[in-house]
Amino acid sequence: MVDAVIPRGPKPRPRFSRTNIMLYGTLIVVAAYYALPLYVMIVTSLKGMPEIRIGNIFAPPVEVTYEPWVKAWAEACTGINCEGLSRGFWNSVQILIPSVILSIAIASVNGYALANWKFKGSEVFFTILIVGAFIPYQVMIYPLVIILREMGLYGNIWGLVMVHTIFGMPILTLLFRNYFTSVPEELFKAARVDGAGFWGIYFRIMLPMSLPIFVVAIILQVTGIWNDFLFGVIYTKPADYPMTVQLNNIVNSVQGVKEYNVNMAATLLTGLVPLIIYFASGKLFVRGIAAGAVKG
Amino acid sequence: MSSSSKARRPAGLFRNLSAKIASIPMVLTALVVFVGGTAWTVVYSFTSSKLLPKANFVGLDQYERLWSTRRWLISIENLAVYGFFSMIFTLLIGFTLAALLDRKIRGEDVFRTIFLYPFALSFVVTGLAWQWILNPDLGVQNVVRSMGWESFTFNPLNDPDIVIYGILIAGLWQGTGLIMCIMLAGLRGIDQEIWKAARVDGIGTVKTYVRIVIPMMRPVFITALVLIASGIIKIYDLVVAQTNGGPGIASEVPAKYVINYMFRAQNLGQGFAASTMMLLSVVIILIPWAYLEFGGKKRG
Repeated sequence: MVDAVIPRGPKPRPRFSRTNIMLYGTLIVVAAYYALPLYVMIVTSLKGMPEIRIGNIFAPPVEVTYEPWVKAWAEACTGINCEGLSRGFWNSVQILIPSVILSIAIASVNGYALANWKFKGSEVFFTILIVGAFIPYQVMIYPLVIILREMGLYGNIWGLVMVHTIFGMPILTLLFRNYFTSVPEELFKAARVDGAGFWGIYFRIMLPMSLPIFVVAIILQVTGIWNDFLFGVIYTKPADYPMTVQLNNIVNSVQGVKEYNVNMAATLLTGLVPLIIYFASGKLFVRGIAAGAVKG
Repeated sequence: MSSSSKARRPAGLFRNLSAKIASIPMVLTALVVFVGGTAWTVVYSFTSSKLLPKANFVGLDQYERLWSTRRWLISIENLAVYGFFSMIFTLLIGFTLAALLDRKIRGEDVFRTIFLYPFALSFVVTGLAWQWILNPDLGVQNVVRSMGWESFTFNPLNDPDIVIYGILIAGLWQGTGLIMCIMLAGLRGIDQEIWKAARVDGIGTVKTYVRIVIPMMRPVFITALVLIASGIIKIYDLVVAQTNGGPGIASEVPAKYVINYMFRAQNLGQGFAASTMMLLSVVIILIPWAYLEFGGKKRG
């Protein structure tokens, strides 16, 4: 349907030419389709259950209520307890902050060492890291359970932080390595002549120069870690479940009457953090995923 | 390895010492987790491990059982159907949207933002949103019926024969924006002179895309293909959220099979064998790609 309408001519035509109407018409229809689920989630979350049962899911709410949002945040049940999504939210925050800091700290130093301080074998390890990014997580999940259990970290938040650091490493290391490689070598050499060492150059020259790439890395990690489901479900106990896992447990819980408005409010609450980052960061997000394109 | 280099050059090991110490996490991740972990799983897939990993080797027993389990066969079939259509439609829609946006239109940023926002959302959120839209009693089916078309039926999530297409709809909604972005970057990288030359020669727009632009974008298409393919193999949370493998086991996928056998059914050996099969499929996809990407350059 979409591909049937390919416009002709490389340059814009007079405003209301047939091509232009078809071009913009197609784009608007497709954009409406992409926007629809978000719209449906929002209107559903603002309706009362009686209105949902008799009404049309595309219709705007007749009577706007914020009750579902309050309920989703503070009272929704996962079967065992009824504390709402707030617990999952704070768990996710507690997982997110150390994971983002640790993964970026380690990966930026990796990238810096790979770009400026190559040693024997460093390229080999880097290659393993990049190839490793394509290995399905399922293959490495159980060995990691054993490693974490040996370290006494299995089933707690720090174990999950370590897992996020490990699996974020390939893409982030690549991102930083490529960035640091593009920094003029004269700068590095001049600092060496002045007697600065590995850490001195990293903290005084590289770090202040590379704030944009750090922002890209933060965007990439915050959305990636916030959206994670698999690692959260495997490496934490129910009390520490991140928001995505708790959301799934709330919505797909078999007990009780389905409250679709509460479910949609909960779903939106979980999607809010990455959505805010996405809409606020604009082009930087695109740059992050373009770099992440290699991750696969 | 280190001892021999030490013998030859006493200072060798200590050159760049800070860089080496700083790289310890990377080296451990590469060697212990990526290489070691993968090798461990492959080796233990030949054992009869149940609740705990045990090194009693039983040859290919786990694989034989795997390939005679209905749940696994359904998983593979679903992955094949999902993969085939996901590949085609993601490329088609991604490229078409990118081509439309590349026509020097107004409001490009707005359109791009709308096409890409689903990609910022998690698969769990995507799955739950589409579970609601496809709800037979209150969702799209109900809306169309209430408009007068009483016999209209569109209930993929409760029909074992087409449930995978219900998941496909959600997957395409989430993932096409990314491919559009990559394609758009590829189109922007093409020399604008090509368009002038094509116009001078009187070649139509569609023909220019098919005959000239798309062949020039081969590396971009290959990157996109690798991206889509590795995303397909990993598909897990979308299914868990949208259908949880149901109705029955009609929408099971391999990644879910692995997790179920490892952590629910306490049959580690089956989980290891299934995950090794996943690894194998990645290897089969990656080797031709690595050959195309890196093999050619070395000769050139």
